[in-house]
Amino acid sequence: MPSKHPLVELIAGERGTAIFLAVLVVVCVIVPVLHALPESSALHLSTYTMTLIGKYMTYALLAVAVDLIWGYCGILSLGHAAFFALGGYAMGMYLMRQIGTRGVYGDPLLPDFMVFLNWKELPWFWHGFDMFWFAALMVIVVPGLLALGFGWLAFRSRVTGVYLSIITQALTYALMLAFFRNDMGLGGNNGLTDFKEILGAPINAPSTRVALFVVSAAALAFGYLACRYLTISRAGRVVQAIRDAESRARFIGYRVERYKLGVFVFSAVLAGIAGALYVPQVGIINPSEFQPINSIEVVIWVAVGGRGTLYGAVAGAVLVNYAKSYFTAALPEFWLYALGAMFVAVTLFLPRGVVGLRKAAPA
Amino acid sequence: MNRMLYLEDISVSFDGFKALNALTLYIDAGELRCVIGPNGAGKTTMMDVITGKTRPDAGSAWFGQTTDLLKLTEPEIAEAGIGRKFQKPTVFEQHTVAENLQLAVAGNKSLWATLFAPLSAKQRERIDEVLETIRLQDRRDIRAGALSHGQKQWLEIGMLLAQEPRLLLVDEPVAGMTPQEVERTAELLLSLAGKHSVMVVEHDMDFVRSIANKVTVLHEGRVLAEGTIDDVQADPRVVEVYLGQ
Repeated sequence: MPSKHPLVELIAGERGTAIFLAVLVVVCVIVPVLHALPESSALHLSTYTMTLIGKYMTYALLAVAVDLIWGYCGILSLGHAAFFALGGYAMGMYLMRQIGTRGVYGDPLLPDFMVFLNWKELPWFWHGFDMFWFAALMVIVVPGLLALGFGWLAFRSRVTGVYLSIITQALTYALMLAFFRNDMGLGGNNGLTDFKEILGAPINAPSTRVALFVVSAAALAFGYLACRYLTISRAGRVVQAIRDAESRARFIGYRVERYKLGVFVFSAVLAGIAGALYVPQVGIINPSEFQPINSIEVVIWVAVGGRGTLYGAVAGAVLVNYAKSYFTAALPEFWLYALGAMFVAVTLFLPRGVVGLRKAAPA
Repeated sequence: MNRMLYLEDISVSFDGFKALNALTLYIDAGELRCVIGPNGAGKTTMMDVITGKTRPDAGSAWFGQTTDLLKLTEPEIAEAGIGRKFQKPTVFEQHTVAENLQLAVAGNKSLWATLFAPLSAKQRERIDEVLETIRLQDRRDIRAGALSHGQKQWLEIGMLLAQEPRLLLVDEPVAGMTPQEVERTAELLLSLAGKHSVMVVEHDMDFVRSIANKVTVLHEGRVLAEGTIDDVQADPRVVEVYLGQ
């Protein structure tokens, strides 16, 4: 092993990572600066665009989480959007409680949809969400606990491959059906929306948007580096060994289930954080976030970018979502075909994704 | 002599087919034992039982005086000191030779330890030693997938050694090797006996002759004959099973 300082290895040990971090820092500085320019300036960046980039960053964090579990551990989770949505709901509940008397019905305690349903009391699980720290904790705890319970059952029974993928789809589908019901007490099919304030700051104010943007970028950077640390540690090698030859790893003494569970839970927590940052920027969370197709889309981002690299996941998330933003505005009925075509093309011609192009090209 | 492994009256059946039928077999400490037998004799199933992959329907399996193998999971058995080399070479192809050994080397294998603790000096020393034993020092930083078939087999034996097991189970180590490679593998296995107990499953009779002092013949899930290679080859029952007279 060439003995570089571990921190240097973490940040600059690999070209793709170094480029990604440099781009992220530049974007994180330039976007707020351009946004601060007067609107008459040609270089002015609208709040809309900045929020869009912030949203992409939360998608990128979700993609990194999926790449960690799929690209490195070989577990194709087709339910990661569920963890994203749960993190989003935890944040949404906090934002709902911040509305207070400014709702349509002006009830100091109950969110509008509960008044509409003629509820008299706040359900037990809504308590505590008026405090930001509690909501922030739930953003981590709820997806983490679900992943722990689900993963413990699945990995202990040695459910792998396509069977595992199918039950992760079932998981997110079941949650979607549950969240659609009004008596879940989470807003039914309308979800949670009409937010006013976050930590006392008006949620639509440009300055709040800048803060959300910067926090999203920071979360992406930390999430990325945590995953990178994991993948270059000895544990990362074990995880990749499990991916390549699971029973062999077991026979040399690794408790494969615990490794899988650890990585799965960590990945779910990252997805939850991404969801929590997504919700205040888009202003709504509803059960459609649990749609099975959403989780599949994330996998496509990672495949398009190039799995098992982390930075490929970021690239894929940004590229595909940029294409989506473009297509859904220009040719809305064409988008799903384009997405499918993209996936097929990448599978056939770019098995290592867009970032694999650089490696494949002759030096 | 000190006994290392006790298999007594082990039976395993798959959908009515008796893969092992009241198999009884003992391995001594430091012994190098070859196990031979026609296809379907139960050799691989026996290894599966010892390493915890298959649970027998009946019988007992003890490692030393105190370790009941039937109560342990695969990683626990590995930790207790039994290492296994598979029939097909299964090294981690995406990892380098040195990384393969790092993965295997004895030590704390919990998630916490591998996340935060670097390899100890002793572990690194051990890896260098093993690299020397399997003669792959100059290949340490290449991907294991790029090794030749024979080198992969050695690497896999090296991974076993790095685990510092007391008992090594080696399934068909010379299948597909060139004669020179076979010779070196025989040397390697002979050098291991004494320090470790080694059980080798092999079809190649010349190879068996070159390494074993004691041979066990399995047939239809039980021990047919046991003794020196000459005794065994002279045994009419063995001849019948092998040549189908």
